[in-house]
Amino acid sequence: MDNILDEVTGNEYKYGFVTDIETEIIPKGLNEDVVRLISAKKGEPEWLLEYRLKAFEYWKTLKVPTWAHLALPEIDFQDISYYAAPKTKEGPKSMDEVDPELVKTFNKLGIPLEEQMMLSGMAVDAVMDSVSVKTTFKEKLAELGIIFCSFSEAVKDYPDLIKKYLGSVVNYRDNFYAALNTAVFSDGSFVYIPKGVRCPMELSTYFRINAANTGQFERTLIVADDDSYVSYLEGCTAPMRDENQLHAAIVEIYLHDRAEVKYSTVQNWYPGDKNGVGGIYNFVTKRALCKGDFSKVSWTQVETGSAITWKYPSCVLVGDNSVGEFYSVAVTNNYQQADTGTKMIHVGKNTKSTIVSKGISAGKSHNSYRGLVKVSQNAENARNFTQCDSLLLSDECGAHTFPLMDIANNTAIVEHEATTSKISETQIFYCNQRGIPTEEAVGLIVNGYAKEVVNKLPMEFAVEAQKLLQITLEGSVG
Amino acid sequence: MLLEIKDLHASIGDKEILKGINLTIKPGEVHAIMGPNGAGKSTLSSVLAGNPAFTVTKGEALFNGKDLLKMSPEERSWEGMFLGFQYPVEIPGVSMVNFMRAAVNEHRKYKGEEPMSASDFLKLMREKRAVVELDNKLANRSVNEGFSGGEKKRNEIFQMAMLEPKLSILDETDSGLDIDALRVVSEGVNKLKSQDNATIVITHYQRLLDYIRPEFIHVLYKGRIVKSGGPELALELEERGYDWIREEND
Repeated sequence: MDNILDEVTGNEYKYGFVTDIETEIIPKGLNEDVVRLISAKKGEPEWLLEYRLKAFEYWKTLKVPTWAHLALPEIDFQDISYYAAPKTKEGPKSMDEVDPELVKTFNKLGIPLEEQMMLSGMAVDAVMDSVSVKTTFKEKLAELGIIFCSFSEAVKDYPDLIKKYLGSVVNYRDNFYAALNTAVFSDGSFVYIPKGVRCPMELSTYFRINAANTGQFERTLIVADDDSYVSYLEGCTAPMRDENQLHAAIVEIYLHDRAEVKYSTVQNWYPGDKNGVGGIYNFVTKRALCKGDFSKVSWTQVETGSAITWKYPSCVLVGDNSVGEFYSVAVTNNYQQADTGTKMIHVGKNTKSTIVSKGISAGKSHNSYRGLVKVSQNAENARNFTQCDSLLLSDECGAHTFPLMDIANNTAIVEHEATTSKISETQIFYCNQRGIPTEEAVGLIVNGYAKEVVNKLPMEFAVEAQKLLQITLEGSVG
Repeated sequence: MLLEIKDLHASIGDKEILKGINLTIKPGEVHAIMGPNGAGKSTLSSVLAGNPAFTVTKGEALFNGKDLLKMSPEERSWEGMFLGFQYPVEIPGVSMVNFMRAAVNEHRKYKGEEPMSASDFLKLMREKRAVVELDNKLANRSVNEGFSGGEKKRNEIFQMAMLEPKLSILDETDSGLDIDALRVVSEGVNKLKSQDNATIVITHYQRLLDYIRPEFIHVLYKGRIVKSGGPELALELEERGYDWIREEND
């Protein structure tokens, strides 16, 4: 039986290729000059440089957090290059100006940058290493007043918005990686949805690490004004390399009255090989601030990649009647480690939160759910429902849950349900007997298990995510 | 010949359970295998279906003229073998519809046919559900999850109807059924009977055989078929119990 599951869970990563493109990489190491250099390369205003330097000063006082249930190897932060950019002309405006190698790369990843070839309902910002390569459908969105562009462009074109909202949800003092990101972030996406506008297409950012020995530190900022709506997707891949690479991003979402934001992630960074060599360290801070009354945010994530994942997309529910949701499937295989979950901070009255976390562990991997539900003193009638399930596919993997509840108002209703299950030999045999081979049976069971979360993804992504779950767990598929 | 078993020996761990089974089954036949607890009845059905928990140590088995023992469990299924489980397995999160669609389409793939369209498939489900009066609600629930004992057994016969096997092995399908469920399940089995398929009914009691009437009765004892006969053998067992079998063979 173990042999069968070993075979089935034998990993194949199909995005592991390297693009041969001239890349400008600054020397390894991190000091004040590097922060200044990055800022200068981006042509940033003085206030932003000051902000970065403050974060850097603070970062220097911090130590790597070790509280997560992860066997963290020591990371030498001086052995990483903090800026790498494909060499192209300054900010390509039209398709003709984008390096054909880059277009080819993103085509290969299933992300065509030519607008006529794209899925009609989706606009993409494609980020390679430290810079945004191309944002599609920008003009069409602009007609509605929607801003969707790379972070660097936003700093130039919409300095007031950036100044107002940058760091308003995730302060650089929040944690070690947030401080690091704030000091050295290079690019990312900026989204602004004006009052009363429903964004007519899915917005998405595709992150690709290509250069070696570099980190990717991107920044995403989404601002949803009163009565607006947007669905935003994020996808990630990286080449197969024996060295580990660091990815430390910040995502901030700011919601005004009655705004609704859906944020979906399919994270498929290179997970390392079967023996645990290589892979991305994914240390990400994601947070949404439901500032406005009746605002609503949902995080949906399918996490299949990365050697180590450390992320807790959170919701701060300040506005009365605001709603936070977190739906997660985290798959770990071989030697992958994941410590992921969410924080739901109830501050306003009648705030509601839902957490559905599904962990799937195979091989020798470790998969932890860590969650905080906090109801503050004035949060009358707060409601939380948490469901936290673990599915084990091998005898050598581990599933752990660390739920924490901190309730300071006695009108709160908080529920927590948890299950742990294993795919049994009898289940597999039952499927086999009906003519369903083991690989398909595991896929069927895993997808059945993850269904509740995957169904929350936008249609095209849901199909992709289902395939990805199978590929991550099945050797011969894909 | 549909199934030909010669001198079949099988073990679990170091324990030999089947000690030389000989059995031949032709299309159109219904056989019953009876015997006291621990005789090896369920082991025989598991081994024929290819359950990896058991090891075949000796003997041969031909199914449709092909070497059964070389086939994977799913190949046996595609070739037309169906096992009605004594304890049907629950698969949380996988709906009966998705489960059956995967199964039916794997069978079609084996035959070189295209997957069934969603509407054809649902039509087929509806048609076959009627055979065992299976509630529509069950079709949308997870496989066997929260089903009553009777519903689980009906669900087995429903799956049998969907897959149209050449050989069905029903392992203690009567256990845990009340008299009404027993009637529904048996009628289902009888409706599916034809000149081209065969059935092996494994049971401890005569009771089921009042509904499903086998022409051949075999008595399994200590891993061997010690007696074979017609329907009258089942009646004799009902009257006399298994003690005389023990006495004759110990």
